[in-house]
Amino acid sequence: MFAPGESRLNLARLRVLDKLIKSRWPLLLARSITLAGFVFTILVGLLGSPVGSHNFAIIFVWIAWWTALKLFFIPLGGRSWCSVCPLPMPGEWLQNGSLLTKAQKSIGLGMRWPRRLRGNWLASGLFLLIGIFSALTLTDARLTAWILLGLLGTAMLLSLIFERRAFCSYVCPIGGFTGIYAKTAPLEVRVIDSDICKSHAEKTCYTHCPWGVYPLAMRDSSQCGLCMECLRVCTYDNISLNLRPFGSDLGQTNSITRLDETLLALVMLSSALSFSAVFIGPWGWLKSAAYDVGSTAWWAYTGAYLALSLLVLPGLYTLAVWWSQKTGQAKAPFKRLLADYSQALLPLGLFTWIAFTIDFAFPKFSYVLQVLSDPFGWGWNLVGTSGVSLPSALLGAAPVLQVGAVVVGLFWSANLSQRLVAKQVQPARARRAILPLAGFSLLFSLTMLLLLLG
Amino acid sequence: MKHWKKILFWGLAISLGLVISLAPMPVKATSSNQKLFKIQASRFAFSPAVLAVNPGDQVTIELVSQDVVHGLSIDGYDLHLVADPGQTASMTFTAGQAGSYTLRCSETCGAMHPFMVGKLQVGGNDLLWRAAGLALLAVIAGVWWKRV
Repeated sequence: MFAPGESRLNLARLRVLDKLIKSRWPLLLARSITLAGFVFTILVGLLGSPVGSHNFAIIFVWIAWWTALKLFFIPLGGRSWCSVCPLPMPGEWLQNGSLLTKAQKSIGLGMRWPRRLRGNWLASGLFLLIGIFSALTLTDARLTAWILLGLLGTAMLLSLIFERRAFCSYVCPIGGFTGIYAKTAPLEVRVIDSDICKSHAEKTCYTHCPWGVYPLAMRDSSQCGLCMECLRVCTYDNISLNLRPFGSDLGQTNSITRLDETLLALVMLSSALSFSAVFIGPWGWLKSAAYDVGSTAWWAYTGAYLALSLLVLPGLYTLAVWWSQKTGQAKAPFKRLLADYSQALLPLGLFTWIAFTIDFAFPKFSYVLQVLSDPFGWGWNLVGTSGVSLPSALLGAAPVLQVGAVVVGLFWSANLSQRLVAKQVQPARARRAILPLAGFSLLFSLTMLLLLLG
Repeated sequence: MKHWKKILFWGLAISLGLVISLAPMPVKATSSNQKLFKIQASRFAFSPAVLAVNPGDQVTIELVSQDVVHGLSIDGYDLHLVADPGQTASMTFTAGQAGSYTLRCSETCGAMHPFMVGKLQVGGNDLLWRAAGLALLAVIAGVWWKRV
């Protein structure tokens, strides 16, 4: 199972997993369950109690699912949620003309996604849009249901116009950050022997991949949705599902400058700060400002959030990279450095979001139990948990866990900066060239700690 | 040789981390006092939102609701207070161990109810200072790791 000299474990060599992966039925079953849950969530959101904390749609989407995504799916499985996500399913089924495999004749125009819109630009913009309306979205069940319906409709429409999973690859606000953080995760799909692929004329892995990814050309896991279709169709059994060390995709200098990933990483950092201030902080005026959409206070909040996301943090980061380039006399172009060094923002962002999620979700877990008994908020008590509340003593552990998360993310980020800088500058200058980047990460983390614990 | 340097590096980093996390902080000698807080609760906010007391203080909270029914509970304390609109509800308790404890509205009061929070600060905010120290240590260790 371990390739010689490799620190990877090919999980597809495990007989039970191999059977599960090679058959299309288990994934179809899992996706059908999530789709059923998704439809139920929309119905409850539209028909249930307007009080967010009593409505299954709000609690399951923004507390249970969000927590699972941030604490489990992304850190351990990268884009594993994408493999069972219900959003692209109806569109994909229509596109394929079948539930399991591609039919001979597919439905839809099959156009290529416009080159100018490639990358994470749209995903960053949509995440900012969600951030602007976050206080309303996270508390209004009707709005949550309409957003879910809107995403489902958009995914379906794009599937009928464009080829493959255009929505997931270029538009989905969740897929965007899940993709960049997938680089930190210990799971990957990779080619075993590249020579076999080079001589394989049919390229069945590529022609069958719903994401349009050619495994041999994959430079990281950000675009792989872990659907395992390539493992199923490879005629040479030459693709592996590897358990790998955390962050294996990070620390490389890239041949392509991806400033879209840099912007998304910065948007995720600024959103973590902004959401912490609004949802965890004690400032009632800020909560009101974020909630009262259309008011003067809301416009001020929106302006501040956008300024933080698009000016302040990108400005500070650019300054740090410029300073690092100047002191280290790195020869690579400035744009390339901006993109390459931003890899260090990924563990920083991921662990910051974990810290935020601990405080955001832990105290509200009792709501999850309550809506299981009373999903519509109509006073039911189906499984006897409608009045359950967690002992308040349990919540005392949350701040310690948050500190642990921030510190781990910061260590990882600083270490990654050191490795990235070492590839660009002479060893004698490396130490000074790291300081601005490490300083940026430290400043961000201290601000986050102040919001979480201050 | 490199193996021993790694052990030394991690030994030193973990030791410093433990010192920062567990070393006793200087405590100001204070006698137990009685503290009274009149908290106004309205639309997602407590005012004042931060209550600073010392360990051992007898703390009385008078909660006045200015709009709808609000509640008040404190993480780590088995206390619960409900105030009807325009009415005052009060409770008295003894502040325990130093630390920062979240005040929460415990009665559904509107859309942002789950996020209506405040803070009871007992003694100094040691955790924040320790966290800042650990963050600084993490950066230094991160930059130095693999240089050893």
